[in-house]
Order: sequence, then C-alpha cells, then structure tokens
Amino acid sequence: MTQATPSGAVAGLRVELAGLAARHPAARGDAAPALKPLSLTIGPGEQVAVIGPSGAGKTTLLHAVACALKPAAGGIALDGVDPWALPVRALQRLRGRLFLAPQTPPLPPRQRVVTALLAARLPRLGLARSLRSLLYPDDIGGAWAALARFALADKLWERVDRLSGGERQRVGLARALLSPASLWLVDEPLSALDPTRARQAVDTLTREAAARGVTLVTTLHQTDVATRFARVIGLRDGELAFDLPGAEVTPARLASLYAQHEHELVAAPPAPPDEVAAPAVTMVCR
Amino acid sequence: MSAVALPRPELRDPAWARRVFGASVAAVLLVPLLVATEFRPWVLVEPDNLKVTLRFLGDFLPPKVDPEFLALVAREAWRTVAIATAGIALALVLAIPLTLASSAALSVSALAGRMHALPFALRQSVRGLLIVLRSVPELVWALVFVRVVGLGPTAGVLAIALTYSGMLGKVYGEILESGEAHPATALLRNGAGRLQAFFYGLLPTNAAELTSYTVYRWECAIRSSAVLGFVGAGGLGMQMDMSMKMFNGSEVSTMLLAFIFLVWLADLASAALRRALG
Repeated sequence: MTQATPSGAVAGLRVELAGLAARHPAARGDAAPALKPLSLTIGPGEQVAVIGPSGAGKTTLLHAVACALKPAAGGIALDGVDPWALPVRALQRLRGRLFLAPQTPPLPPRQRVVTALLAARLPRLGLARSLRSLLYPDDIGGAWAALARFALADKLWERVDRLSGGERQRVGLARALLSPASLWLVDEPLSALDPTRARQAVDTLTREAAARGVTLVTTLHQTDVATRFARVIGLRDGELAFDLPGAEVTPARLASLYAQHEHELVAAPPAPPDEVAAPAVTMVCR
Repeated sequence: MSAVALPRPELRDPAWARRVFGASVAAVLLVPLLVATEFRPWVLVEPDNLKVTLRFLGDFLPPKVDPEFLALVAREAWRTVAIATAGIALALVLAIPLTLASSAALSVSALAGRMHALPFALRQSVRGLLIVLRSVPELVWALVFVRVVGLGPTAGVLAIALTYSGMLGKVYGEILESGEAHPATALLRNGAGRLQAFFYGLLPTNAAELTSYTVYRWECAIRSSAVLGFVGAGGLGMQMDMSMKMFNGSEVSTMLLAFIFLVWLADLASAALRRALG
C-alpha cells in the first residue's frame, strides 16, 4: 500500500498567539470581536480540541490560525514567523504548510472523489503536474489509501454529488492525509456523522496526525470525544474558559462552559444532514 | 374597495408600497423611450403598408430549391459556420486570460479581508479593456477590417473575435464570481496557486454554465456573421445581401431556412453538452 504522504514525517508547526483578537470579516468594524484577545502556544505535534457553545468563537479561532482571517488585534506566529509580515507569495507558501478543513467540505459537486482528494496536494505539485493529474490522476494509490482509512475506498471513482453528506465530510477529512501540511485545522469534523463513524473518523485523524508528527487543532461539538484529547481548550463568548488536559475536563467544568446552552451539551450532535442535496445547477443564458 | 376591512398593519406586506412605486416609476420612464423611438405599431396594419408588406413576403414563396442553388447555400452555410467557429475560437484565446486576470474569485489578497490596491487596480483595468472590446459593435470592426484585409471571411472572423472576447470575458467573470466559491477559496487558503484553484475548484463547479454560455454565443456568432456578410465579410450574409438587392425573395427564404437549421443545430449541441457536463 502506498504511504499517504511520500515525505514521511513532517515536523509539526508551532502556533503562538499573543493577545490575538479576530472578528468575522462580515462584522461591522465597531462590533465586538468574535474572538477576544487570546494568548496561548500550541507546540509542534500537539493535538488540541476546541470546545464551547455556538458563537463562542471556535471557527474564528481556527480561521485566524489558518491565516484566513487577519487579526483585529494582537499577533500570531507560525513556527516563529508572523504570517502577516510576509509578502503575499511567501504567505501563500506558508499556507501550503497548513490544512484548513471547513465544516462543510469544499468539494465541487461534479468532480470525482479521486480528483477532489488529490487537490489537497496542489501546494506541492507544480502547475504542469497538477494539470496532468486532471487528465490522469497523479497518485491513485495515495488517494485510495487515504480513503481506505475512512472506510470509503469503494468511492474512489464516484462523483462527489453521488455521496451522502456524511461520506462527503469523510472525503473532506481524507484530504488532510494527502496534504503536505504540518498543521491540520479541522472545523467540526463530525457534524454529519453518526456516533460510530464519528469515533472512527476522530481516531483516524489523531492516529495519522501522531504518525506524521503533525500539529492538530480541531473544534468539536461532542464533548465526550473532545475530552479524549490530550489538551482541551474551552471557549465561551470569545474568551478562554479553560485550557486543560482532557482528563481534567470535569462534568462541572463542561456544565459551566455550556451554561445557558445546555441543550448543546446534553443533546446528541446537531441532526446530521446526511443526505445533503447537491445544489441544483442553475443555467443562466445572458 | 373601501368596504373591505383593512387587515391589521402588521399583517400587511411591508414590501407592497415599494413594489407599486417601482412599477410606476418604470412605466413613467418607458413613455419617453417609446416617444423617442417613434414607436407607432399601428402603421403596420394600415391598408397601404399592409399591401407592400404582403407583396414583399409573397415573394418569399416558394423557397428556391434547385440543386445548383442548394449547393451554393450549403457551401456558404458551411463558410458561415466556419466564420462563427473561428471567430469564437479566437475570442476564447483572448477572453480566457482576461477572465482569469479579472475574476475576484481568484484573488489571493482578498482571502483575508479586502483585496490589495494593486491587484484591484489591475482587475479593474482588465474589466475596462473588456468594456472597450465589446462596446464597439462587430459591424464597426468588420468595416475596419474589410478595409485592411479586403472583402471576405477574414474580416468577419476578426470582427467576431474582438467583440465576442469582450462579451465572453465579462460573462465568464460573472459566472465565476456568482457560482459556488467555497471549493476554490478552500484551495487558495490551503496554499494552492490561482491557476490550480481555477482548474480544481472553479472550473468543475461552473463548467456546465460556462459551456452553455459559450455555445449560445457561438449561435449568436452565426447570426452575427450573417449581418457582417452585408458589409462584405463573406458567408451566407453576403449571398443574402446580393439576393435582396436583386429582389429575389425565394433565394432569401431558402437562406433563412438554412439559418433556422443552423440555430437548431446549435441548440441540440448545447443541450447535449449540458447533459454530458451536468
């Protein structure tokens, strides 16, 4: 079986936040930032779960770390480098070293799974090779191996819009295994998965991240899954509520983190939209 | 009307007044436009004019079908298709790079907040170039090129290429910016290049619509090459111009039938391509 990353072990990226505050790009300038000044360090190869009620700033934190959001205040350093001091080209190269998996998997509906997966390799492939890969897939074995880890090997040649919502989400996660990144930022990886699949998916992600030495930061809605992480960061109203080893996150702490949002804590993960209808193709003639 | 009890204020559609106002403004604005265009459709049905019209149309029947003429129509129809196709192909060569340069969906600096000033200025100037290209009618381009390269299809091809590159570039850009941007943004955010993001994110998302629009424009180019023929740019249009000058209605109607056939073919091709890409 082909190893999913040919590079072997990649050194994980170190993330340092110094008083980092961020607001949603659509927010008004005078609105309170979704993420209030936050300072923390995530070491290379560390695995961190971020939990908190809706609107706590989890996704904003992830986007800020992913250089997808310019800090409103404070600073960020990835491996000691301030990304926003870099010229655009160098910033884009740095972005190639991180992998942001948004909550809704960003897969073109009419693309085949194999192509959607190999797209994760783009930062490493040159333009010529990535175009050739559109004619004949560049590393079929690698894509197959990544899918197999998420029990989807039979979907390799399927079109994305033939997959269920849960399958799409797992394809989105399998992309991480193919990317040359050394920092994985995963947003709500389990929102469309049933409990069994969710456990398998998290196990695969953490195992693969550990095997590669990749730094993993994931936001989670499922507190029982999150507490199995070595480090859990609790966010509430954009502020750090706690930053503890998973084992020390007691039910009492969870209760206070989710106070007034108890339904999110007690209830199972939000109803999985398992059969997400492919968006209808609108044909417009102008 | 006043007998009907008005519903409570909160149950009235708040958008209603705005809609009525908008529709009235549109109607008021339309009147001067009709005056300016001397729009008097009733002159069409005045007996004198009706007689002239009917005589002209009566000339069209029956279409001329002798084999020699049909062969000529087929040859010229083929040339028309060739002019339209070559024109569109050249237009694509110009339009695709301009689209890629002007599309904000491929902006790296806009990934986090606002686009930087320099790329913004570049995109705006490419847009300006597209406006210039498409605002000069292909007829004017054809008149220019007929003087440069002489009578014949080359002038038609060049004229179509220039005007249509402006149209294609504009609408391609709009399709790319209005379609689902998520896949391409995600690729850019993970460090992919602009062209890579285009081929792996934007193109698969928008391929069907881009193809459909291109085939529709090809169909327009066939029609447009007929008009260009009237100024000497070759094809069916040139033949039609000659037949009209000779008051030979039956030849004109045969050629109109040939046009209908070509447009029907374009329609079939578009439907087949959309099915294949959908």
